[in-house]
Amino acid sequence: MTERKLRSPDHRARPRSAVTLIAGLVLVLVGVACSGAGGGGGGGATTITLGSVDNPSMTDLKKLVPDFESAHSGIKVNIVTLPEDQIRQQVTQDVATQSGRFDLFTIGTYEVPLWANKKWLENLDPYIAKDSAYDPGDLIPGIKTALTYKGNLYAVPFYGESSMLMYRKDLLAAKGITMPDHPTWDQVAAAARAVNSPNVNGICLRGLPGWGEQLAPLDTVVNTYGGRWFDMNWNAQLNSQQWKDALTFYVKLLKDAGEPGAGSAGFTECLNAYNNGKVAMWYDATVAASFFTGDAAKNSGYAFAPTKVKDWSGWLWAWTLAMGSASKKKDAAWTFMDWATSKDYAKLVGTKLGWARVAPGTRTSTYSIPEYKAASAGFAQVTLDSISHADVTHATVDSVPYVGIQYVDIDEFQQLGDQVSQEFAKVIAGNQTVDQALQKAQALATDVGKKYQH
Amino acid sequence: MAILRSVVGSGGARGSAASVSRRESWARRLPLLPAFIYAFVLTQIPFALTVYYSFFSWNLLKPGSFRFAGLENYAGLVTDEHVRTAVWNTVLLTVSVITISVVLGMAVAMLLNSEVFGKGIMRTLMIAPFLIMPTAGALIWKHTLLNPLYGLLPYLLKPFGLGRVDWVGQFPMVTVVTVEVWRWTPFMMLIILAGLQSQNPEVLEAARVDGANALQSFRRITLPLVRPFIELGALLGSLFVVQTYDSIYMLTYGGPGEDTTNVPFLLYLVAFQGYSIGQASAIGVVAVIITIIVATFALRTLFTIFQVEARR
Amino acid sequence: MRATQGTLRSKLVLSVVGWLVVFVFFFPVLWMWLESLKTETQAASSPPTIFFVPTLTTFQEVLSGDFPPFFINSAIASLVSTFLVLVLGLPAAYALAIRPVKRTQDVLFFFISTRFLPFAASLVPLYLLARDLQLLDNILALILIYTTINLPLGVWLLRSFLLEIPPDLFEAARVDGAGFRNEILQIVVPLIAPGLAATSLICLIFSWNEFFYAVNFTSSVAATTPIFLVGFISGRGLFYAKLAAAATVSSLPVLLAGWIAQRQLIRGLTMGAVK
Repeated sequence: MTERKLRSPDHRARPRSAVTLIAGLVLVLVGVACSGAGGGGGGGATTITLGSVDNPSMTDLKKLVPDFESAHSGIKVNIVTLPEDQIRQQVTQDVATQSGRFDLFTIGTYEVPLWANKKWLENLDPYIAKDSAYDPGDLIPGIKTALTYKGNLYAVPFYGESSMLMYRKDLLAAKGITMPDHPTWDQVAAAARAVNSPNVNGICLRGLPGWGEQLAPLDTVVNTYGGRWFDMNWNAQLNSQQWKDALTFYVKLLKDAGEPGAGSAGFTECLNAYNNGKVAMWYDATVAASFFTGDAAKNSGYAFAPTKVKDWSGWLWAWTLAMGSASKKKDAAWTFMDWATSKDYAKLVGTKLGWARVAPGTRTSTYSIPEYKAASAGFAQVTLDSISHADVTHATVDSVPYVGIQYVDIDEFQQLGDQVSQEFAKVIAGNQTVDQALQKAQALATDVGKKYQH
Repeated sequence: MAILRSVVGSGGARGSAASVSRRESWARRLPLLPAFIYAFVLTQIPFALTVYYSFFSWNLLKPGSFRFAGLENYAGLVTDEHVRTAVWNTVLLTVSVITISVVLGMAVAMLLNSEVFGKGIMRTLMIAPFLIMPTAGALIWKHTLLNPLYGLLPYLLKPFGLGRVDWVGQFPMVTVVTVEVWRWTPFMMLIILAGLQSQNPEVLEAARVDGANALQSFRRITLPLVRPFIELGALLGSLFVVQTYDSIYMLTYGGPGEDTTNVPFLLYLVAFQGYSIGQASAIGVVAVIITIIVATFALRTLFTIFQVEARR
Repeated sequence: MRATQGTLRSKLVLSVVGWLVVFVFFFPVLWMWLESLKTETQAASSPPTIFFVPTLTTFQEVLSGDFPPFFINSAIASLVSTFLVLVLGLPAAYALAIRPVKRTQDVLFFFISTRFLPFAASLVPLYLLARDLQLLDNILALILIYTTINLPLGVWLLRSFLLEIPPDLFEAARVDGAGFRNEILQIVVPLIAPGLAATSLICLIFSWNEFFYAVNFTSSVAATTPIFLVGFISGRGLFYAKLAAAATVSSLPVLLAGWIAQRQLIRGLTMGAVK
C-alpha cells in the first residue's frame, strides 16, 4: 500500500514537454501579433480602411485595388467585407460613437439622407468640384436624387438597382401567354396561375422577413395599389383598404402560384429557383439577370415592374461610398471614392474582368458603351429606364411626409419594417390572417408615427 | 465492496474546509486569487457599466439623445409581451436542447467507451458538428439541407410525400432545436466520455465477476459515477444554450412573428435594430437578476455537483 | 468459446449502431465538404446534385484573397486565451477541489454568474470602453474577452476532473514530502490529462468560432476567421459553394486540434494499485 508507483518517468515528462511546446508556440504567436498590430503601413503611406457590404460589384472592386494602389503609391486600402445586416450595424456603431474603425464605408440610399441630416457624412460637392473629369451629371437621375441632401451630394454610387419582372418566354409561350413591356399585376397574376403546375410554380416573390427583403417588393405593390405608410400628419395607414388589398393580393398569389417555402425565400432562394427552372417568373432586382445560367439565361424576357393604379412602380436602391464627417483621412478616402466610381473605372472593370461585370445602375454613360450593351443585352435598357423613372420623392399616389420607395426613410424603419415583415411572414406561412397581421402592424406603425407628430 | 469505498473517496487526504487555521485558509485561497481577480475585474466592470446605462435613455441613431431616465427603462418590462414571449421561448429552447443532447450524448459516449471498431475515427467524426462555426452550420442546414426547392432533406422525403414541407417556416422552433441538438450532443459526449474514462475498469470487472449483468452494472456503478459529469455537461451547456443567438439569426431571424425570439435575440433586436441602448441594458440587468434567482434554486436542489460536502 | 462469440457479435452490433449514429451526426459536415467541391450552380441545383465531378475552383476562389492574417489572428486569440484559462483555472480548481477554500460553493456560483449577462446588453458599453482604451481592432481585446468567457467553464470542468483523483495519492505524495508545485506537476497534470485535453479543446473551439465580439471589436488588422467566413455571404448572387469551402477551410485547424485531443482522451485515469 505504501509502495506506490505513481507514474512511470515518461508519463511525467510528456505533459511537461507538451506544456513547454505550447508555451513556446504561444510566445512566438504573441510576438507575431505584437509586431503585426503595432506595424501596419509602410513608410509614409496612408492606410484607409473601407467597411463594405458583400456585393458582386464590391468583390470586383477588391480585385482591382492593386490597380489603384499602383497608381496612387501613397495610399493603401484595407477592405473589410461583411453581410448587409452586419456591416450596417458595424458602420452605424462606428459613426455614432466616432470610433474611427472605418475611414470610409458603404451605405445605401436609406442611410444617406438620414446620416447627412445627422451631420455624420462629409459633403462631397467640394471634392467633386475639384475633379473636372468626375461629371456628376452623368449619374443616373433617380440615383442622384436619392443621394442628394439639401442640394449637396453626400455619397457616390458604385452599384444601383431597381426592380423588374423576369419571365421565361418559352414557359409562358407554351400556355399561349405573351407578357407586355408594362404589365399590370392582374396580368402577371393571371399568367402565373395559368402557368403554375406541380413541377413549375408560376412566380417567385420574396417572403423572407426583413425590411430590405420581403418588404422591398411588397412595398412597391402597396405603392402601386395606391397605399402609403403614413399620411401627411404621420397617421399610420396600414389599416387602409389599399394596404389590405395589396397584402391580400401578394399573399394569395404566393399561395396559389408561388414557390414552396415562400416565407423564407429571399433573393438568393428565388434566384436558385428561377435558374433551376422551378419558377416561370420572378419579380426582383434588376441585377438578377446577370446571374442567370443555362435555360434561364437563354429564354428570359424582361418587363418593367408591374403596376396597378400608379405607374413606374420599380424600387430604387444603390450601394454607395461615403466618408464620415469626423474622418481624419478625408483626402485619401476621397481619392479612392473618386477612382472607384469614375467613368474610367467602368472601363477598367470591362477590360480586366469582363464587360458583363461593369457595375450596373450608376452612370448613364455606362449604358452607351457598345461592349457593355452587347454583354448585357436584354435587360440593360429596362434597368436604365427603371432606375431613371424611380423617384424616391414621389413613390406613392397620395402625398407622404417621407422619402423612399420600398422603405420609409426614418430611423425607426429598420425596426418597424422588420417587425411588420415578420407578421406578414406568419401570414405567408399560413399561421395568421391578413387582418390580424395588419392590425398588429398598424399598432406598431402608429407608435412610430406618434414620434413625428408635433 | 471495499474496493468501491476506497475509489470513490474517503475524504482523508482532502482536508475538510471547516477545520483549518487562518494561515492555512489564506494559503488555500492563494491559488484561487489570480482567476478570481481576473474574472471579477473583467466581468463586474462591464456589468457595472451596463447597470449605469440602464438608467439612461439613449438612442444611438439620435445624436444628443443621451439623457437621464431613472427607472423608465425598467417600468414596462415585466408586463411587456415581447419580453414574456422571449422568456418562454428561451426556457423552451434550453430545456429541449439540453435534455435531448444529454441523452444522446450519454448514449454515444457509452458506445464510444465500449468495444467497437474504429473508435478513434468515430470520436473525431463525432466532434465535427461542434467544430463548425455556428453561423456556417446554421446556413448549411437552412439552405442546403432544409430548403424545400433545392435542399437535400425534402428531396429524400419526397417518396414519403413530405417533399414540399417548409421546415424552417412552418416548424421554426423544431428546426432551431434540431440544429442546436446537433451542435451540442458532441459537447455532452466529450464531457461524459472523459468522465466514463475515469472509471476504474477493475471495478466493472469485479462487478461482472460478482454476477452483475450489463443493466445492473450500468445503474449501480456507471450511472452514479458518471452522474456528476452529466450534471456538469447539463449545467455548462445550459449556460451556453440559454445564450443561443447565431442559429436563430441565421435560421429564422427570431420568427416567423416572434416564434423563435429568445432573450438574447430580443436584446440583439433592441440594441442593434432599434439602437435603444438604455433599454437593452435594462433588459440585460433584469435577465441577470432572474437568472441568479433561478440558478440559485436549481443549483442547490437539482445538482449534486454543486453540493461540495457530498464529495467528502 | 461461447463468451468470445458473444463478445464478437455484440462488438459488431455496437459498431454498426455506433457508425450509424456517427454518420447521421457527421452527415451535414460531409455534405458541406461535398458542396465545397461543386460549382455554384451545382451547389444549389434542384434536385440536389449527388453525383458530380469534384472541382477545386471554388477553393481557389475562396483562397485567392489575403486570408492568412485571419487565421493567424484566430490562432493567437484562441491559443493564448486557452493557455490563460488553463494557467488561471487549474490552480483555482485545485483551490476548490483538493484543498478547498471555505466558501467553495459561493465561489463556484460566482464563476457561473459571470456568464449570466447576455452579450448584446453589455456590448455598447464595452465597446465604448474599448474605444477609450485604444483596444479596438487589437487582438489583445479578443484574448481578454475569450479568457473571460471560458474561465468559468475551465474552472468547473477542471474541478470535476480533479475530484476524480483518489485522495490516497495526495496522502502518499505528502508523506513523500512533495510541495504544492510538485503535487500539481507530477500528480495532478498526468492524471487528468484527458480532462485537460477535453477542457482545452472546448475552449479552443469556442474561441475559434466566436463571431459576435470579433465582428464588433475588430476591423482590418485583428479580424479573425469567422469574419473571413461570413464575408462570403452575398446579398446578390450565389454563394453556397463558396461558403461551404470557406467553412471547410475555417474548421480545419480546430479539426486538427480535435484529432490531437481525442488521442489524449483515450488514456483513462489509472487509479493506481488496488489492494
